[in-house]
Amino acid sequence: MIKQASPLLRMSGIKKSFDGVPVLKGIDLELAFGAVKGFVGGNGSGKSTTMNILGGVLKADAGRMELAGAPYDPAGPTDARTAGISFIHQELNLFPNLSVAENLSLEDYPRIGGQMGVIDWRAVRSRAGAALRSVGLSISPDVEVSSLTPGEQQLVEIAKALTADPKLIILDEPTTSLTSREIDRLFGIVRELRSRNIGIIYISHALADVREICDEIIVLREGVVTDEGDVHSMVTDRIVAGMVGRSLEQVFPRRRAPEARDTPPRLSVKGLSKRGTAKDIGFDIAPGEILGLCGLMGSGRTEVARMVFGLDGYDSGTVAVDGIPLRPRNPREAIKRGIAFLTEDRRVEGVHLQQSIVWNIPLVRLSKEGRALAWLDPSRLAAEASEIARRTNVKAASLEALVSTLSGGNQQKVVIAKWLTLSPSILILDEPTRGIDIGAKVEIYALIAELAEQGMSVLLISSENEELLGLSDRVVVLEQGEVREVIHRADDRFTEAGLTIASSAGGSGR
Amino acid sequence: MPNVQAIWRGVDRHLVSLGAAILVLALVLCVVAPGFASVTTLYDMALALLPLLILALGLMFVLLVAAIDLSITATVAMTSVIAASLITRNGGYLSGELGIVIAFVSFILVGALIGLANGAMAAYVRMPSFMATLGTYLLLGGAAVWYTSLHTSSSSIAGLPGAFSVVGRGSVGPFPIALLIAAAVTVLAWLLVNRTAFGRWLAAVGSGQEAARVAGVPVQFTILGAFVICGVCAGVASIILTARIETGSPVLASNMLLDVVGAAVIGGVSLYGGVGKIGGVILGVLLLTMLDVGLRLMGMSLFAVLTVKGLVIVLAAAIDGLRNRMARR
Repeated sequence: MIKQASPLLRMSGIKKSFDGVPVLKGIDLELAFGAVKGFVGGNGSGKSTTMNILGGVLKADAGRMELAGAPYDPAGPTDARTAGISFIHQELNLFPNLSVAENLSLEDYPRIGGQMGVIDWRAVRSRAGAALRSVGLSISPDVEVSSLTPGEQQLVEIAKALTADPKLIILDEPTTSLTSREIDRLFGIVRELRSRNIGIIYISHALADVREICDEIIVLREGVVTDEGDVHSMVTDRIVAGMVGRSLEQVFPRRRAPEARDTPPRLSVKGLSKRGTAKDIGFDIAPGEILGLCGLMGSGRTEVARMVFGLDGYDSGTVAVDGIPLRPRNPREAIKRGIAFLTEDRRVEGVHLQQSIVWNIPLVRLSKEGRALAWLDPSRLAAEASEIARRTNVKAASLEALVSTLSGGNQQKVVIAKWLTLSPSILILDEPTRGIDIGAKVEIYALIAELAEQGMSVLLISSENEELLGLSDRVVVLEQGEVREVIHRADDRFTEAGLTIASSAGGSGR
Repeated sequence: MPNVQAIWRGVDRHLVSLGAAILVLALVLCVVAPGFASVTTLYDMALALLPLLILALGLMFVLLVAAIDLSITATVAMTSVIAASLITRNGGYLSGELGIVIAFVSFILVGALIGLANGAMAAYVRMPSFMATLGTYLLLGGAAVWYTSLHTSSSSIAGLPGAFSVVGRGSVGPFPIALLIAAAVTVLAWLLVNRTAFGRWLAAVGSGQEAARVAGVPVQFTILGAFVICGVCAGVASIILTARIETGSPVLASNMLLDVVGAAVIGGVSLYGGVGKIGGVILGVLLLTMLDVGLRLMGMSLFAVLTVKGLVIVLAAAIDGLRNRMARR
């Protein structure tokens, strides 16, 4: 690593308020040439505000920025780009219906004969070829972006950023939709860029990735830098403590081992198969047990849950509650038999956003019997709803508030409240904390553990291994629609690394 | 001591502004429309709006599930000619009191069957209800004329017995029979929407079909039910309209479709589904009818009245669009 007198980037005392609410309370950040800095923090920590100030999207209220020793004060995103800062957003900004070459030249097509001339397609293609080589991507520049894998698209995006010859690249959650092989490739390129003296700010929730690729890590919480250090000293526990303000053991509730396994299972799934989705999947959940379901995207995690609940059909197999198979296979039958299902897509499948909290909560119970003319007493329903909303700690000005006005965490608590009106015996949770800030996460974890303690059987699906490890008694590992193995809490491999290895293709892992 | 703020929050702002608009309009019309502020005008107006009210209430059920029934007025016409063909003195199939009872039942039954067909297309075949009911609208319009031609050489089936047409103009004590029918429909609709699980299902399906399905709401049944109720309402409205002109007409209510949709939308029933109140529909019907009657009394031509009404309905639909956008944010 080449040492230079002044750092690539220095932000000092950056402050920003929205409507008088301070979001950044004096951020100091320094990035050396050729360094990769992990930038972590929960939702609302001020991560994106900081990056938007750096990228020229927002203007800081106070503080100074220097880029390679010179004062840097962008008036807009274009300024940031000319100053050599490239921002690669989580949602990729490629046009799927255009070719790779077109996407790479979109901002300034090379022309024959001046500004108004015709496009020089040969130059477009050769420029694209060079850009693709710089990220080691061996695809034709003529293919449409929509035909690329998410990983390849990510690399095209990076190639596009490199055409501007940046000094600093900001990567925002680059690995969320990538396979482990694609992640390896991405990391290879990040190391390549580092060796070319380009500075990189790497934003991610995936702490394992951050720890693997970064040299230094900086942690934000509520607009303040809470911790900072090189990657060897910043172990996962320390990062989490910086993010949450408490240690990992305190994030996850203490779980008592469930009763001996010789009680008959509450939920048993046998030979569940559906062409192209699931092959002979089977597992049991005992009363009071939390069973984790682990697997990569496309492993069939969500599909299995939807089949169990009767939302999607299956070709063969049985789903039984207390030994009696569910028939017919539809959501109402599942609900009648005591299954609650918190789906992955909260906003579309979980709640009615345009209706009030007090309207949303009783809906499942009002559907359970399927009697259209069942008499309904609004004041009693409201009383019950407010009782349950208190139990799940929904925070709102009034229960008449529309669900759309609530934060993600509170919306999720409404969904949980809605299912608790059933007094379910089985709870299926599909990504229960996705897009939710860490404070609400901790509350939801505690609630899940409490419900299991009371004897509820829980099927927990999560893409965050940390969450599975923190809550589950056993974890079922799925791969391409098949159960690969079941790892118990007592097993040596009941660790972040163990699950990652078990769930990644071929078991070789990274 | 009830909390004043809490009460104010509970008040529907749309209904309040609608009520205020009606009040202002009434005051203005009293001044500018000669003869508006007379007991006879107001009484006639109150009676005239009843079929529109019943139709708009029926349509509200379909709008609640985020669908639409464009065949509602054609259903009125179809039920009218079928029932008339049963009891007309010029060669009807039935006679006597039993015949009249059967005719009443036929209005409702035929309306329900048409609703069932529309509902089945929307719920089970999953056709866009706009297209499905536009089809039935044309089909029924044609079929009603054809059916009439089988029974008479004139353009409508006249000669209905007095025992039937008394429903249109007669009274029980001081209450016009039509008013009693409309009141009964309104109360039933209110109970269904506000006091039964079905009422919640309607709004649940209309404001988020996927979430409703996951919550165990019988989505297809609910859509089917909404269309059947709409068809039944069309049948009931047809009883009053047919009895008033003492004739089964294949073009009955044919000019009312825009008024029905308009009254519901002015009343705050959302075209995007999930939102709608009985009180709003009543006010919407009142506003539209007052506008119609008042402008005519002022001497405006039919076309000018149509223009103004169209404008008001477009305005209401625009407000609906804006409200929907705000709520989805």
